[in-house]
Amino acid sequence: MSLSEHLPALLVVIPLLAAPLCVLLRHPLYAWIVALASSSLTLLAAYQVLMQVRDGSVIRYTLGGWSAPTGIEYYIDSVNATVALVVALISTVVLVYTRAISQKQLVTDKHYLLYTAWMLCLCGLIGIVITGDAFNVFVFLEISSLSTYLLISLGTQRNALTAAFRYLVMGSIGASFILIGIGYLFAATGTLNMVDLAQRIPEVQESRTILVAFSFLTIGLMIKAAVFPLHAWLANAYHHAPVFVTAFLAGTATKVSLYVMLRFFFSIFGADYSFAQMFLTSVLLPAAMAGYLLMSLVAVYQTDLRRMLAYSSIAQIGYIVAAISMVSVTGLTAAMVHIVNHALIKTALFMSVGCMMYRMGHAHIKSFDHLIRSMPFTVMAFIVSGLSLIGVPLTAGFISKFTLINGALDRGWWLVAASVLVSSLLATVYITRAAEVMVFNRNRVGHPQPSGMNEAPVSMLVPMWLLIGLSVYTGINGTETLAVAEQAAMQLLGGFE
Amino acid sequence: MNPIWAVILPLLVIPFIQFFGEKRNNLREASIIVTGLLLFLVNESIYQAVINGELAVSGEFVMMPGLSLALSAEPLGVLFGLLASSLWVITTVYSIGYMRGHNEQHQTRFYTCFAIALSAVMAAAYADNLLTLFVAYEMLSLSTFPLVTHAGTDAARKAGRVYLGILLGGSIGLFLPAMVWVYAMTGTLDFVPGGIVNAEQFGPGLWVLLALFVFGIGKAAVMPFHRWLPAAMVAPTPVSALLHAVAVVKTGVFSLLKIVTYIFGVDTMLATGISEWLIVFPAATILIASIIAFSKTNLKARLAYSTISQLSYIVLAALLASSTAIVGGGLHILTHAFAKITLFFCAGAIMVAAHKKDIRELDGIGRQMPITMLAFFIGSLGIIGLPPVAGVWSKVMIAQGSLQSGEVWILAVLMLSTLLNIGYLLPISIRAFYFAPPNAADSEHAPKSEPAAESEHTSDAAQQADSATPATAGHSVIQEAPAASLWAIVMTATLSVLLFFYPQPVIELLEMIQWR
Repeated sequence: MSLSEHLPALLVVIPLLAAPLCVLLRHPLYAWIVALASSSLTLLAAYQVLMQVRDGSVIRYTLGGWSAPTGIEYYIDSVNATVALVVALISTVVLVYTRAISQKQLVTDKHYLLYTAWMLCLCGLIGIVITGDAFNVFVFLEISSLSTYLLISLGTQRNALTAAFRYLVMGSIGASFILIGIGYLFAATGTLNMVDLAQRIPEVQESRTILVAFSFLTIGLMIKAAVFPLHAWLANAYHHAPVFVTAFLAGTATKVSLYVMLRFFFSIFGADYSFAQMFLTSVLLPAAMAGYLLMSLVAVYQTDLRRMLAYSSIAQIGYIVAAISMVSVTGLTAAMVHIVNHALIKTALFMSVGCMMYRMGHAHIKSFDHLIRSMPFTVMAFIVSGLSLIGVPLTAGFISKFTLINGALDRGWWLVAASVLVSSLLATVYITRAAEVMVFNRNRVGHPQPSGMNEAPVSMLVPMWLLIGLSVYTGINGTETLAVAEQAAMQLLGGFE
Repeated sequence: MNPIWAVILPLLVIPFIQFFGEKRNNLREASIIVTGLLLFLVNESIYQAVINGELAVSGEFVMMPGLSLALSAEPLGVLFGLLASSLWVITTVYSIGYMRGHNEQHQTRFYTCFAIALSAVMAAAYADNLLTLFVAYEMLSLSTFPLVTHAGTDAARKAGRVYLGILLGGSIGLFLPAMVWVYAMTGTLDFVPGGIVNAEQFGPGLWVLLALFVFGIGKAAVMPFHRWLPAAMVAPTPVSALLHAVAVVKTGVFSLLKIVTYIFGVDTMLATGISEWLIVFPAATILIASIIAFSKTNLKARLAYSTISQLSYIVLAALLASSTAIVGGGLHILTHAFAKITLFFCAGAIMVAAHKKDIRELDGIGRQMPITMLAFFIGSLGIIGLPPVAGVWSKVMIAQGSLQSGEVWILAVLMLSTLLNIGYLLPISIRAFYFAPPNAADSEHAPKSEPAAESEHTSDAAQQADSATPATAGHSVIQEAPAASLWAIVMTATLSVLLFFYPQPVIELLEMIQWR
C-alpha cells in the first residue's frame, strides 16, 4: 500500500502526534516549529485528498483495517474534503502569523501549551470532518472542544476565563445533546456507521426514537454552530480569547459544526426526512433570518472591533443556515461556497485586528484615529476584507452573495433575498464606520499615537495578505470554488453512495 | 483595437503618478496628460472599428460558470468612452491650474484615485454584459469615495457617508438583486440587441425589475435617490466637473440606456408599456430639481441640482424607449457633458481667482473674468438648449421621441424645464456682465471666511448698485484663473459650440445601435 492510500488517517494522526511532541519539547520556538510543520503536512495531505475525490469519487478508509460495522470508517467526498482543506489551510496560515504576536501577548512558559492545544484542536476539527462514524464525530468534537476551552482561556485578561467557562457550559450542553442524539440513533438502528445509518433510518423513521434523536441532534448542532438564538457563547469567546486564537477559531470551529449539520440533515437522515417530514426549514429559516438581521444590527453598535466581527460572524452563519434550509442544489452550493469564503474573509479580518492590537494593545474602534498613517498595510487589509464581507464585486464575498441570492430567487423566496440585502447594507455600515475612523479621522487629544510608520511585523503581514490574496482570487475566478461546491451540493442531496 | 486597453491604460499611469509624487509634479501631470491622449487615441481607433462595422471585443474572463467579465464596443459605449477620455485630458489640464492655485493637499492620492475612476468608467463604457457593468459601477463608487472626502474635514466625511451610503446601498440593495433576478430567470447576463428579458416569463414583475434598475442605479440620481450628488460637491472642483457632471453620473444614465436597449429591448418596453408609470419619476425629478436649483445660492450646489434635472432627461429618454428618444438620450450625454463641465470649470475658476462661491457675490464678475463668464454664458445656453450650442439637438430629439411614444405631456415637462433653466442660469451671466461689482472698500473689509457676513455685505452692495459709479467699480482689472484652467474652459465651450454645427457624426454613430 502506498502512502497516498493512508492520507485520510494521516490527516488526523499528524496533528495528534504533534500535540504530545509539543509538550515534550516545552520550548516556545521548537513547539511552534513542530506545530507549523505538522499543520503544513496536514494541509498538504488535505489537498491531496481533495484532488483524489475531485472527480466525484469517494474514499472509504477503514481505520486499522477493521471494516465498517466493527471498526471506524472515514468517509471522504468533496463535501468534507473541501472543509478539511479549509481548516488545515487556516490553521497553517494563522500559525505562521501567531509566532510574532504570541510572543507579545503570552507569557513564554505558556507557549508550548498554546501549540499543544492548537494541534489537538486541529486534530479534533479534521477528525470531525472526515470521519464516517457518528460516535467518532462526538469523540473528535470533545477533543476539539476541550482544547478550544484551553485556547480561549489563554487570553490576556481575566475575562477570558469567564468566557472560556461560559463556552464550556454551552459547549458541553451542545455536545451532550449530540451524544444523546447519537445514542438514540444507535438504539433505533443498532449501528453507528453513517452509511449504515442512512440505510437503516428509513426503515424505522416513523418511530419516536428517531424523532427524539433528530431533535437532540438539531439543537446540539445549532449550539455548536452558534446559530441564532443559541449563539450566546460566541461573542464572549471571540472577544476575550487571544486574537490569534480567535482568528483560527472564527474560520474553522463553527464551519465544522455547520458541516456536521449538512452531513446529518442531508446524508444521514436524508433531505426528505429532515425537511419534508420534520419541517426543518420552518425552524432553521426564521432562526437564520432573525440571526443575520439582528446580529448585523448589533454589530453596528459595537465599540470593540473583535466584538463587532464576532457578531458579524453570527450573522454570516445565518446566511449559511438560510442557504442550507433552501434544500436545493443552488442553495447548498451557496452554503458550501460561503463556508469556504467566509472562513477566508473572517480569518483575514481577525488577523488584521490582531495586527492593530499588536501595536496598539487593544481593539477599541474609537481610538484608531488615522491609523492608516502608521499601519497602512494593516488598514488596507481590513478594508479589502471588509469589502469582501460586504460582498463588493471582485471579492470572494460577491460570489457568495450572488449564489445565495440566486438560490433564494430560485426558490422564489423574495423575503429572504431582500433581508440578505438589508443585512449586507448593515455590514456596509459597520465596516465603513470602522474604516472611516482609521482612514479619515485626525488624531485627537487623549489618544496618543506612535508617529510615523509603525507596521506590524512582516511575519504577520505576509500570511494575512496571503489569505486576502486568496479570497480576492476566488472572487475574481470563482469557477473552481463553485465547481467544487456544486459537486459537494450534488453529493449531499444524492446521499451516500 | 481591443477595448481592454482602454481599461488598462489609465491604471498604467498610477505607478508614474506615485513615482513622481508631489516633488516632481510637472512630470506627474505630464504623464497623466500623455496617458489621457493615448487613451483618446485608443478610443478613437475603437470608434473607427465600430464605424467600419468591425468587431472590437476583448477576451472573456469567466468569473463563475455562466458569468463572465467581457468587453466589447458598441455605439453607445464608444461615444461614452470618447467623451470621458477626451474630457479627462482637458480636466487634468484644468486641475493643474486649480489644484495648485488652491493649494490642495494629497494631490498624488487625488490623481491616483482619478485614474482608477477613469479605468472604471472605461470598463463601464465597454461592458459586454451586466456583470461587467456592475463590477465597473462598484469600482467607480469606491474609487471616487476618497475624492469626495478629499478635504478630510467633518463636512467632507459626512458628505462621503451620504455618497457611499446611497451609491453602494442602492447598488447592493436594488441593482444587485435586479441583476441576480435577470440571471435566475434567463440564465445569462449578456447584452444582446433586442434584449434578453422575456416579457411573459416575468409577467407583472417586469416593471418591478425596471424600477429596481432605475432606482438601484443611484448614479442616475433619479429622485428620491439624488441626495448624494449635492453632497459630493464638497470635493475639489475638477472632481465635481469631470466625475459629478460627466463620468460618474453619466455612467449611471449610460447604464440605464444600455440596460433598456440590450437587456429589456426597445420592443419589449414598448409592447408591455412597463415604463408608463415609472416615467413619472424622472419627469418629476426634472421639474423639482430645477425648482430646488433656484433656491441654491451656492454656485456649485445650483449646478448640482441642474445636473440632477438634466440627468433625468436621459433617464426619461431611456424610459420612453423609442429609438429616437434613445439616440437623443445618447446625444444628450455628450451635449450636457460639454456644457456642464464648462459651467463647473467656470465655478472653479471663480473660486480660484476671486475666492467666491456664492452667486450673490458674483455681480460684475464678468468685468474681472470676461473669458470665464463668456464661457459660462455659452454653457448656460447649452443647458437651456438654445442655439448656437449643441444642447438644442438632444432636447429636440427627446421631445420627438416623446411624441413618437404618444406621451404628449412630456413635451410640457420639457418646455417648463427649459423655462426654469433660463430662470436659474441666465441671471448669473446677466448679473456678472451688467451689474456693478461691489465697491472696493467694502470688499476689503468683508471677512472672507464668514459667508453670513459676506452675504449681508453683498446685499448692501446690490442696493448700492445704482449709486455705484464706474469709478468705484473700475478697480476690477482683468484677473482670470490660471492659464491652464482658462485653456480648459475655452476648449470645452468651443466644443459645445462646434457640436451644434456638426452633430452629424455623433448621430450617425448612435443610429448604428442595433435595436433588435
